[in-house]
Amino acid sequence: MKSVSLLLALGLGAAVMAAASCGGNPPPPAPTPNADSAAAAERARQDSAAAAQAERDRQAREEADRVAAQRRADSLAALARAGEEVRNTLAAMIHFDLDKSNIRADDMGILDQKVAILQANPELRIRVAGHCDERGSDEYNLALGNRRAQAGKQYLVSHGIDASRIETQSWGEEKPLVNGHDESAWSQNRRDEFEVTSGGDNLRRP
Amino acid sequence: MIPVFLAVLLTVAQDTSTIDRGVRIGIIYRPGVRPGLVMLPRAGMGLDSVRAIVARDLDYSDRFEVITLPGGDSIRLASPSTGTRGTGTRRSRSGTAATGGAQAGAGGTLNYPLYQALGADFALDITAAGDTTVATLHDIAAAGIRRTVRAKLLRLGDPDFRQAVHRLADQALQAALGTPGIAATRILFVKDGKVYHIDQDGADQKLVSSTDRQAMSPAWGANGQHFAYMEFQAGKGWLYLQEMATGKRTAVSTTGTALDFTPAFSPDGQTLAFSRATEEGTDLYTINVKNNCCLRRLTVGRFSDNLSPTFSPDGQRVAFVSTRPGLPQIYVMAADGTDQQLFAPFDYGVTGASNAPEWSPDGQSVAFHRDVAGTLQVFVLDVRTRTVRQLTSVGRNEDPTWAPDSRHLAFVSDRSGYRQLWIIDLDTGRIRPLLQQSGARLPAWSPRLSEAPSSTP
Repeated sequence: MKSVSLLLALGLGAAVMAAASCGGNPPPPAPTPNADSAAAAERARQDSAAAAQAERDRQAREEADRVAAQRRADSLAALARAGEEVRNTLAAMIHFDLDKSNIRADDMGILDQKVAILQANPELRIRVAGHCDERGSDEYNLALGNRRAQAGKQYLVSHGIDASRIETQSWGEEKPLVNGHDESAWSQNRRDEFEVTSGGDNLRRP
Repeated sequence: MIPVFLAVLLTVAQDTSTIDRGVRIGIIYRPGVRPGLVMLPRAGMGLDSVRAIVARDLDYSDRFEVITLPGGDSIRLASPSTGTRGTGTRRSRSGTAATGGAQAGAGGTLNYPLYQALGADFALDITAAGDTTVATLHDIAAAGIRRTVRAKLLRLGDPDFRQAVHRLADQALQAALGTPGIAATRILFVKDGKVYHIDQDGADQKLVSSTDRQAMSPAWGANGQHFAYMEFQAGKGWLYLQEMATGKRTAVSTTGTALDFTPAFSPDGQTLAFSRATEEGTDLYTINVKNNCCLRRLTVGRFSDNLSPTFSPDGQRVAFVSTRPGLPQIYVMAADGTDQQLFAPFDYGVTGASNAPEWSPDGQSVAFHRDVAGTLQVFVLDVRTRTVRQLTSVGRNEDPTWAPDSRHLAFVSDRSGYRQLWIIDLDTGRIRPLLQQSGARLPAWSPRLSEAPSSTP
């Protein structure tokens, strides 16, 4: 390092001396040493300086733009992640006991999150669809699925959501989530599904 | 080519074992009271398939002991094979002389004492006279012809061919016993969300759904020329009426606003009762389908559901399912919604959920299914005494539907390992599979189809 800076210093000193010698010794006239050409040279020098400045400014602007774009992209991604997260929370299902339509205590937290999302997104409208397992009677399950959908809606309404924002639907046992004939399949199929019907773009976090 | 007598033997063996496995509860079995009927063999007249269909219809009526003559060539299951039958060699067994001797001669008289010795009360002879098919029913004891039925049968490939043969079988049964048969009937059912119909003998399955939307709960109109069903659409349940012959369908007015399901026609065909699920729960409504008007609410459940209506054949009453006792049970009311009361008795806290009632065409019974130890079984309620008896106990059995004779029921059962349609005769306890496909459900048995709806567009 030291030797490099020394060399640099020497070089600079040599240059200074050369300039001084130039100043003392008028150089031989340039091939076209007239005033016009001097002015032109001066203009050219100034122009090139301005160009360099413009180039620097441009680069700075580009860098700023790039950073801003990156920030925007980052924040959009974050927003999308938030929206995705909100959508997932909104779609989380609740489940029911056999032949029952009352909301289970361990599902209330899931519904409370939906209440918060619906409150944070006043344009959002949803549909609650009630489903049953295959064990009950095919036609009775339409009535049971309706009860389950109504129970889900009723919980949201009783926590301050406008009833007109929530449709209900029953599929009975016609749309099983899991095809199986054991308690594991049955308990997953006894459920309410929540689906966005409108206002689902750019969901805000509660 | 399997001679029918073999198939019959196999079927009988299978049915017996099925009965032994448990479907005896509540069956009033009266062995030995059925009259014997013999189908006369007729070689080379091109009516083998007609004879086979008629013989099977008479067998499935469960009202005869269908006797197969030794040699087994009286009835064949396959299509006509005129002139290719080796009757000479087949008859070289012990039955040869008897069968040959009993054959109707040129004069048309039978060796009645011989048939009597074989246990026959009736002999049915199906012959062709030009383009007319002649069914002659002999009364063995009276040693004479009871009745001759003439029918212009359609060609084998005609879509109405089988129904025409079924009607001939019903005429023969009517001539013998004085009661109408159920051969010319069909059963609607749902499979993979689509509606199909099938002849009561398991032949001629046809798709009748006209959309890809999921359908449920088909129900016949009283004349058998149209039916109603429910279809899921845009989060609602829609009710449609569809003509059997043309496939033309119309939405029932006021439907599409809620989840409407389980349609049921009144016997006069004017009124459609159905279940409607709303925010208040599920309740019963009626609508006039002749004038597409006059929606009327029959039940106000509030905290209970009311669904699955079925009219009594006089149209005066409606049986239905109500959850007012906690679990769904069978209730009844006047057709205007008044006088609601429990119909099928149950033990509170003991008896399982009861669903899917259907009033029998003779008005005396209501079939339904009930949860027994975690699975479903078919029950029948005696309307007069209000007592119930359990019909099935093997596997899961549900959604019974009455044949027009009020003694046969089609129902869904998984007794063979997968859910399919079966038919039980309540008088004999005999059970037979209606079709061999998995996933068939929600059957609805037609009234007697006297006309030919599918060939008169």
